[in-house]
Amino acid sequence: MSSESQLSWLIGRLTPESFSIVKVIQNPTVNELIASGAAMVVIIGAVITISLLTYFKLWRTLWNDWLLSVDHKKIGIMYIVLALVMLARGVLEGAIMMTQHTYGLDGGFLQPDHFAELFSTHGTIMIFFVAMPFIIGVINYILPLQIGARDVSFPVLNQISLGLTTTGAALIMISLVVGDFSTGGWHNTPPYTGLAFNPGEGPDYWIWSVGLAGFGSTLTGINFAVTIYKERAPGMHLFRMPLFTWTVLCTAIIMIFAMPPLTVATFTLALDRYLDFHFFTNDLGGNMMNYVNLFWLFGHPEVYLLILPAYGIFSEVVSTFSSKRLYGYASLVYATMVIAVLSFTVWLHHFFTMGQGANVNIAFGIASMCIAVPTGVKIYDWMATMYRGRIRFTVPMIYMTGFFMMFTVGGVTGVMLANPTISFQAHNTLFLVAHFHNVIIPGVLFALLAGVSYWFPKAFGFRLNEYWGKSAALLWIVGFALAFLPLYVVGLMGMPRRSVTYTDPAFEPVLMVSLFGVIFILSALACTLIQIWVSVRDRAKTRVTVGDPWDGRSLEWSISSPPPEYNFAIIPTVTDRDEFMAAKQRGDAYKKPDQYEDIHMPTDTPIGIIICLAATILGFSLVWYIWWLAAVSFLAIPLAFIIKSFNLNTEKVITAAEIEKEHTAWLDQVNQVEPITREQETTSINHGLAVVEITS
Amino acid sequence: MQSKKTWYFLLTILIIIFISACSEVNDSFLDPKGPVAAEQKAHLINVTLYTLIAALPVFILVPYFLWRYRYKNNQSKYTPNWEFSGILDLVMWGVPFAIIFVLSTMLWHQTKKLDPYKPIESPQPALEIQVVGMDWKWLFIYPEYGIASVGEMAFPVDRSVSMVLTSDTVMQSFLISSLAGQIYTMPGMQTKLHIKADQPGIFEGQNTQFNGVGFSEQKFNAVAMSDLQFKNWINTVESYGVTLNDTTYDTLAVQSTPEEVHETLGNKSMPNNITYFKKVPVNLYNTIIGRYHTGEAIPLDQQPGGALYKLDNLENFTNKDPDKHSKEIGQ
Repeated sequence: MSSESQLSWLIGRLTPESFSIVKVIQNPTVNELIASGAAMVVIIGAVITISLLTYFKLWRTLWNDWLLSVDHKKIGIMYIVLALVMLARGVLEGAIMMTQHTYGLDGGFLQPDHFAELFSTHGTIMIFFVAMPFIIGVINYILPLQIGARDVSFPVLNQISLGLTTTGAALIMISLVVGDFSTGGWHNTPPYTGLAFNPGEGPDYWIWSVGLAGFGSTLTGINFAVTIYKERAPGMHLFRMPLFTWTVLCTAIIMIFAMPPLTVATFTLALDRYLDFHFFTNDLGGNMMNYVNLFWLFGHPEVYLLILPAYGIFSEVVSTFSSKRLYGYASLVYATMVIAVLSFTVWLHHFFTMGQGANVNIAFGIASMCIAVPTGVKIYDWMATMYRGRIRFTVPMIYMTGFFMMFTVGGVTGVMLANPTISFQAHNTLFLVAHFHNVIIPGVLFALLAGVSYWFPKAFGFRLNEYWGKSAALLWIVGFALAFLPLYVVGLMGMPRRSVTYTDPAFEPVLMVSLFGVIFILSALACTLIQIWVSVRDRAKTRVTVGDPWDGRSLEWSISSPPPEYNFAIIPTVTDRDEFMAAKQRGDAYKKPDQYEDIHMPTDTPIGIIICLAATILGFSLVWYIWWLAAVSFLAIPLAFIIKSFNLNTEKVITAAEIEKEHTAWLDQVNQVEPITREQETTSINHGLAVVEITS
Repeated sequence: MQSKKTWYFLLTILIIIFISACSEVNDSFLDPKGPVAAEQKAHLINVTLYTLIAALPVFILVPYFLWRYRYKNNQSKYTPNWEFSGILDLVMWGVPFAIIFVLSTMLWHQTKKLDPYKPIESPQPALEIQVVGMDWKWLFIYPEYGIASVGEMAFPVDRSVSMVLTSDTVMQSFLISSLAGQIYTMPGMQTKLHIKADQPGIFEGQNTQFNGVGFSEQKFNAVAMSDLQFKNWINTVESYGVTLNDTTYDTLAVQSTPEEVHETLGNKSMPNNITYFKKVPVNLYNTIIGRYHTGEAIPLDQQPGGALYKLDNLENFTNKDPDKHSKEIGQ
């Protein structure tokens, strides 16, 4: 004991028992084995990654071409890789919880505290480290290409945002190996997460993980909004922006206004826990209801922040694969804006049951139901886009179909839950869990997977394998339906969310169906992995380097695949909403410009990775009360900025001659390859040049 | 092919199990036993039906469009540049708007009518019960009778019950689904709930807000009984109950499930997992709320339900070993 306290200035409250591997040696039960098994996966995964990087001598490439890069395309891909790694963990945690549910009548195999940790990490990971980085990654890649820009407005800030998001993800990963994560759910509501009830390190991991990542997302929002306002190509006024860009604009605005309440909530909770403040404690005038309000003031806009870009992706997909102009563009824009505004007026529906009285509930209940109107309009608009089109049932369209069918169910249950009368019964039950999975999986995740299939050829220059893609899509849809629709039933039967066990035998068969769905979802994940592997293996047959494999309509398809670092050899002038389609119809899509100009691009910088490392160490040392390390790592951040400010060499020039050479080489390729019809788009003769089938 | 058949077979079986399970609804507002739950169920069905008006076109038209306008079908009409129709847009915005207008009116009336704070009419005056949420059990205080219980809430059938609720630990949510909706309980604050049972029976009540490892076991029986049975129940509690004083309350305030409370404080005359208390101090409920309004901080080891509560008195206290846990409380 005394030796520990002597060391405490050095290692804070870390003890040998903080390491899950030590715990399993002391107490080898199934529960501990699963926990330490997960920790081992993290360690083994890290070791394998490091060995592979060393074996293939990729460290230099990783460092120079990726970690130092401020290229929005590379940052976008890194965001998506991060999201996919975290998705794997999140899905596995979900699968373990569903399995526990199936055996929960007899007590199951998980201890309650471990189960609580699982639902907390699952929720935190899926929202903050899967959905958010996945969405931000896709936006990062596509947005500048769609508006004819060379990069986002603040490329270095973009790199720092990625660094902070990675910090949050890293802290959650570390919590698997060192100590325990919070058991307070993804919203970590006090007073349960206060010092009196949870003195351990769990809630602190949550605070620093979400707090730092959330701050990064605020910066991202500012970056995207400014990019859209300032970097659009000439002629692209607001009502000529592609719909995806519109949704990103709304999302960016939501990010700017919704992330700060989260930052405030996490940091005031930190003050409560670290400095004996009493914002949310039971005593001394603390008020836990303020936390709930602050959190959901972020939490509700958050779900629209995620779903709006998803709507944007579906708008692009449905129009491209129906070979038709998007129906009701103005309607869709207004609907998006209405949703963005309304998203800030409904947060109270997350706690109709807090006792605020009928009139307040009525106001927020009606506001919540109103969101169904613009959302419904969007769905009808996409259906009208399909009407009298020529629809190709490709992978993105399969996801879109799944979205239509399943998301509508989620919409119906959403309207139900907007009724305080029904919420009084369904709140905190699995009905609610079913509802938000029902909107987030078919809504956000299916959109992202559709978006990956759709834009992958743009980013990597070859198409993804259709067979494995279709298998994955179908398995996802069936798996989702089987796994989550039954939860509506047990929810209405009265099973509270976050229950590790239950006593009603009627729940068991229903939850077995769910488990069956989980098997489908895991198969879908496996298919996705196989798809990536097969696609990379067969990439010679699916090259679409010319850049337009799907007969696209917006500017990102007008350049080579993958695009050059500077995106556009010359910035296009926009005259139409579907500018690239219009250019193809005019016959000047692949025109050689009269002259080229030098392009100024930002130089690489290590500031993002430095901030990421410093913030991770800062978070870790604050969690474990290692004050000296916290001070050092905290001071490292401003120091890094000061040092960086002395580097005046922040721009590099790509000469006109270089650009002309690259561009001419690509144009030669355009002239050589055979244009293809839509019937041939999934065959190996698709090199990314489309026959003009539509006349204006 | 064989494997495909097996899959279909398995799927069919699962669907049958699923449907049969759905018919066995217990302890839920889908099988209501009181006026509030019955209205909530009716409202759920109404809302679903109205919303389906807007949803059905999606389920029908999407598969139809996908088929009718598939790429290979050259017969269907193709209008690549058609992008707007005023009438269609009017329908798209108008129909959902009309549905939401109707639903909003219903929402307004039902929310007013089923406000948990609104007393339910009944010929006799309402029975008053004070509810205290603790980790991980509910304490029901009957101020008229000076008695209390954990694990069981008895009340007469056909008589409304007027409840005031608070928490002596973290935030919790009190739900008896067969009778009425849930309401949060929070330390230092009071919420209200009114319930009434139309028929005698035992209905499951529970906490729905996660509050630690004993969360799944924070359940109780809400027992609706005849007036006579209720009088007998009060007599039973008065004769067999343990005295609720500072010492017993402090024991109760340690993290424990109803089962553990019964083991430590209960006796053989009380039913399993249920504990009765008598001689409840008149102002107990107000004292519990007042604890958080003294203007002074509550030390971490004196916060009921807290992780450090009474750790000093109960050496080797550990949550990981429930048997040991209850023994320690017994000392």
